[in-house]
Amino acid sequence: MSFHLILFLAFAAVCVGGAVNLLVQRHPINSALSLIAVMGALSGEYLLLGAEFVAAVQVIVYAGAIMVLFVFVIMLLNAGVEEQTKGSRIAILLGVPGVLIVSVLVAWVVLQPSGTADVAIGALPGPPNEIAQLLFHNFLLPFEVTSILILIAIMGAVVLASKPEARPGKAE
Amino acid sequence: MVPLSYYLLLSAFLFSCGVAGFLIKRNIITIFMSIELMLNGVNLSFVAFAAHWHALAGQIFVFFVMVVAAAEAAVGLAIIIAVYRTRETLNVDQVNLLKL
Repeated sequence: MSFHLILFLAFAAVCVGGAVNLLVQRHPINSALSLIAVMGALSGEYLLLGAEFVAAVQVIVYAGAIMVLFVFVIMLLNAGVEEQTKGSRIAILLGVPGVLIVSVLVAWVVLQPSGTADVAIGALPGPPNEIAQLLFHNFLLPFEVTSILILIAIMGAVVLASKPEARPGKAE
Repeated sequence: MVPLSYYLLLSAFLFSCGVAGFLIKRNIITIFMSIELMLNGVNLSFVAFAAHWHALAGQIFVFFVMVVAAAEAAVGLAIIIAVYRTRETLNVDQVNLLKL
């Protein structure tokens, strides 16, 4: 068993544990913290694949910015333990077998012997200058379009989250 | 050497957990976090395939997925705040009317 495989399994164990913990926990703040653990472990997996820039962005943007937003909203709304309803029991009855079926099907397809080559450690050196070359040259138009998307998202978030009486043109 | 299929399996497991959380959870914030978990699973398979085919463009797509996830989180959490302000609840079972 190579050291690479041991590292992969360690990060994968954190990922799996965090994902299962997200499902099991009843309080949203516990789910949010386990999701942060999943994202941190995933950035470790990216490092193993050699995508160091993606790993850094994963920690900064996902585990940093997005999850801070989640935790902020959880604390702002004072979200408590979720209550059990009739619908949630039906959802568990439908959801757990559905997920097991999907997982087994995907595992069966993925573990077929064809085309499962090995990936060496750091197989894809993704230095930031090559990524920038691609991002600002080949993918320049999608990159610019995402800036418009971000702008619309900012405006939408401000409009949606502002107090109704502060909204212009709306009579209370 | 780790087989590519291990990465894909981990990615599929994360995606399945996201689907399960989306179906099982009743708290609207936790449902939203399950969507983020699904996006993370997809990102992992993007990077794994990029490493397998030595195509750096796969990593670029991860950035686009992250941008969309960030925009989605901003707008979605604003919607959650608006819903909580009008309904005083975060349980999706009690949010069943479009009008107030």
